[in-house]
Amino acid sequence: MPSFIYLDNSATTPVLPEIAATVHKMLTENFGNPSSLHGLGIAAERVLTGARRQVAALINAQPDEIYFTSGGTEANNWAIWGVSRTRRRQGKHIITTAVEHSSLLAACQRLEREGYEVTYLPVDSRGVIRLDDLEAALREDTILVSIMSVNNETGAIEPVAEAARIVHSKSRALFHVDHIQGYGKVALDCRTMGIDLMSLSAHKIHGPKGVGALYIKRGVPLEPLLVGGNQEAGRRAGTENTAGIAAFGLAADLASANMEARVATMRRIKTELAARLLQAIPEARINGPLAEEGAPHILNVSFPGVRAEVLVHMLEEKGIFVSTGSACHSRKQEASHVLKALNLEPWRLEGAIRISLGALNTLDEVEPVVAAVKECVMELWSLTK
Amino acid sequence: MYSTLLVRYGEISLKGNNRSYFEDKLLANMRRVLGDLAALRMHKTYGRVFVDLKGIDAEVVAERLKKVFGIVSMSPAVSTPLDLEAIKKAALEVLMESPGTTFKVQAQRPNKRFPLTSPELNQVLGAYLLTHTPNQRVDVHHPDRVVHVEIRDEGAYVYSRIIPGPGGLPVGVTGRALLLISGGIDSPVAGFLGMKRGLELTGLHFYSFPFTSERSKEKVIDLCRVLAGYGGSIRLVIAPFTEIQKAIRRNCPEEFYVTIMRRMMFRIARAVAEREGALALLTGESLGQVASQTLHSMAVINRVVELPVLRPLVAWDKSEIIDLARSIGTYDISIRPYEDCCTLFVPKHPATKPRLERVEAAESKLAVSELLKDCLENLEILTLYPDDLS
Repeated sequence: MPSFIYLDNSATTPVLPEIAATVHKMLTENFGNPSSLHGLGIAAERVLTGARRQVAALINAQPDEIYFTSGGTEANNWAIWGVSRTRRRQGKHIITTAVEHSSLLAACQRLEREGYEVTYLPVDSRGVIRLDDLEAALREDTILVSIMSVNNETGAIEPVAEAARIVHSKSRALFHVDHIQGYGKVALDCRTMGIDLMSLSAHKIHGPKGVGALYIKRGVPLEPLLVGGNQEAGRRAGTENTAGIAAFGLAADLASANMEARVATMRRIKTELAARLLQAIPEARINGPLAEEGAPHILNVSFPGVRAEVLVHMLEEKGIFVSTGSACHSRKQEASHVLKALNLEPWRLEGAIRISLGALNTLDEVEPVVAAVKECVMELWSLTK
Repeated sequence: MYSTLLVRYGEISLKGNNRSYFEDKLLANMRRVLGDLAALRMHKTYGRVFVDLKGIDAEVVAERLKKVFGIVSMSPAVSTPLDLEAIKKAALEVLMESPGTTFKVQAQRPNKRFPLTSPELNQVLGAYLLTHTPNQRVDVHHPDRVVHVEIRDEGAYVYSRIIPGPGGLPVGVTGRALLLISGGIDSPVAGFLGMKRGLELTGLHFYSFPFTSERSKEKVIDLCRVLAGYGGSIRLVIAPFTEIQKAIRRNCPEEFYVTIMRRMMFRIARAVAEREGALALLTGESLGQVASQTLHSMAVINRVVELPVLRPLVAWDKSEIIDLARSIGTYDISIRPYEDCCTLFVPKHPATKPRLERVEAAESKLAVSELLKDCLENLEILTLYPDDLS
């Protein structure tokens, strides 16, 4: 048992031993380039085919609808940029939400500078969009609607199935889902839900960093982001990260095999943590959906009179790793755009930490975490009187 | 084409009896930044160092020497034997190297045995250059460039360009100071200015984990690496400050937090200075910038040390400090977002005119000597080298 408690799984997860072993094996034994004609190349290609099937299975897609990328950021960038190029004659309007990941928002902002128009749907106090807003925002020239399945900071689950239905019945726009935080935790079915594009990432499900995928529904044209080779059916150039892709496949397989049990455990830990934290510190507030709602693995909680960054470091001293609620990477320490979109009081923006669970967390960890948080918050209160 | 880099060091040559000490320091500092260019040879004469380039590009060498305090200017020069024909050819080469249409020749003759006097040389070389160049004129008042010719015992040096050096005194000649470095914009600039006046630095950083992040420490380390580029390695002492801040917070009235915090920092600095053999403290304080930097505050804070506290930025405006920080390469590091001083403990209304008796009374609630002892027993000491030198 490790001497620390890792609760920052929405940032990244530890790679499971059997997945790490796969990476090692791929790098040292099955290291061929899938484009090579000889046996080593063919063996590597076979691994890609297998991984494609595994990654696809978890979202009920076809293997040939999975295009491997360098990660979630590339998948989001590709979806946004690719649709904008492919459909530029049809229109220049895109709809997304105010709480998307920065890789998606930044891609949209880049298009805005190029003359595209982007509507950012607001969210309610729990971080969920209103379908009426979506319906009202759809226009003749809307070419893409992009909505995340699970918010990475609050764990809010967005109604993507309903949204897709509205989009397809009222417009000609494509529907993209950033499913990076939801993959392996919240089931989505690409075939029945009307999802045209979906971003995935390996390192949130105990796979390695630097590998992800974009699901592109059969028949959906999409301008490539990277050119210069015929890999990935000519849609994404660059020698495949075979070790990462093999590991991604295995990670998806493991997540899918245990999904119900994993999700149930995470949900129990999360609801227990939320209840116990509120009991220990009644002044605390949960940000986003209630613990029983929302994603099973993300809990965002604020403590009054506490600067989240300091609390994160104090917990770190006790061997507990969480993140600030506003884990932004900008130069200035601004509050997160997600929490701001929930219209919270300033103290809740400043004092928010995110606790995020993975497959390795256990119920035993609740007790020490609650005790540590209480101790740290009490100490901070004693210092600030 | 250049065989020599001629390096001038003005101020040092005025130093009377200490001159050779200053010169040796300068040469040692030059050797340090030129370290890996092993082929270089240097020799000094009065007010000059001649760097024998051995085929290395003069620009590369000059670029490095721009960070060596004490150097006033540098000129890439062609050296020739004491032979008029060779000197003529060199003068032509040098003239053609730099753009312009007017020139003059300015000869100097420290070696009085050379058959031509300086004015004669000017004439002979000027005439030669005129006949061997198209469209060049002599202008003795405002020439585009001056072809300098120095006739020395060992040979002649011909040059035209004068590259400014950083000036100041060689690092190390005026002693060691302890730089209180925070990771902000000001203190690295103060360190730079101290080094420019020949100080060797030890850095002292107060570290308040978990109230500040480990990245704030990284920031200070990176800043010291930049400073080390101007003076070789820098020792950095990291003092754990969390317990002291907590004690102040718990025991002292809010308006004096900052004053008492600074007094504790100075007490630690005094002890560290003694260990490090530093004769002064060096700070980035600028008068009136924040509450602890009023004259009243400085007076109260200063009472805990007998050492001189050097504040090179005391009369500088923030914009001037930022400009220099940019040009020495510390600004981009200083503005990284990680805080270095705990905002948790910054009171809303800090005393800007603290009275000594009241501060001392407030401080008497603190176990000053125990807190100091704990801190001093847990110092972390690093030695940092510039990034670009191995």
